[in-house]
Amino acid sequence: MNRRNFLKNSLMTAATITTFSGLMIKPKRLYAAWPKASFDITDLNDSINSVYGHNNLNESSEVMLKAPDIAENGAIVPLNVKTKLKNVESIMIFVENNPQPLSSGYNLSSKSVPTVGTRIKMGNTSKVIAAVKSNGKIYTASKEVKVTIGGCGG
Amino acid sequence: MSTIKLRAKESKGIVTVKAIIKHPMETGQRKNKKTGEKIPAHFIQQVICKANNDEVITINWGPAVSKNPYLTFAYMGSKGDVVELTWEDNQGNKDSLQGEVK
Repeated sequence: MNRRNFLKNSLMTAATITTFSGLMIKPKRLYAAWPKASFDITDLNDSINSVYGHNNLNESSEVMLKAPDIAENGAIVPLNVKTKLKNVESIMIFVENNPQPLSSGYNLSSKSVPTVGTRIKMGNTSKVIAAVKSNGKIYTASKEVKVTIGGCGG
Repeated sequence: MSTIKLRAKESKGIVTVKAIIKHPMETGQRKNKKTGEKIPAHFIQQVICKANNDEVITINWGPAVSKNPYLTFAYMGSKGDVVELTWEDNQGNKDSLQGEVK
């Protein structure tokens, strides 16, 4: 083995090792990353903007948001979002007065039926907004939920 | 024991999946009352559900989801489908559970 070949080989080995170790260090996430930026934003409009890239919301009666009028315990506020709209891509839930308005997002597939339910925390009385993305447009429904005991403090 | 409780039921071609995950869902804003130190954030960020290995829904959660989160959603499927739910939190913990649609 002459010097030239030796150098070439060792360089290639080094390259392979770097690629492999790079692959191994990568976190094992097979899916789209969690949108940290959107969840960190503290202003409602900025939050909506960062999720959709615009603030163009259409209030629609096709979106049904089920939420209590008064939540005695802000730590557990049951929510249910349903819609008759077709081709729903995602459902997002925003809480205007929470430290971070975006509370959760649901990315649906072609097999999904557009209905989701969960329980969220609310710090204060606030407007809750359910936003449904269908055929590229955003449709919303909102409801004021009164909170008697906050769920975010300690 | 698994941290997930899963129930999936079919009716008229629609499978409704209900799940409860055992998790503290710590926001990172609470303080330990005795020491005054902040309790670090610890919450589930992503929940993925597959039916017969096809992804049905991907859920992103923030810290504002309640402790021991409850979740329901639906998809077009049939009895006997194998539903798999996987979650991962901000500290890298994860768990998954499979169940059969009834």
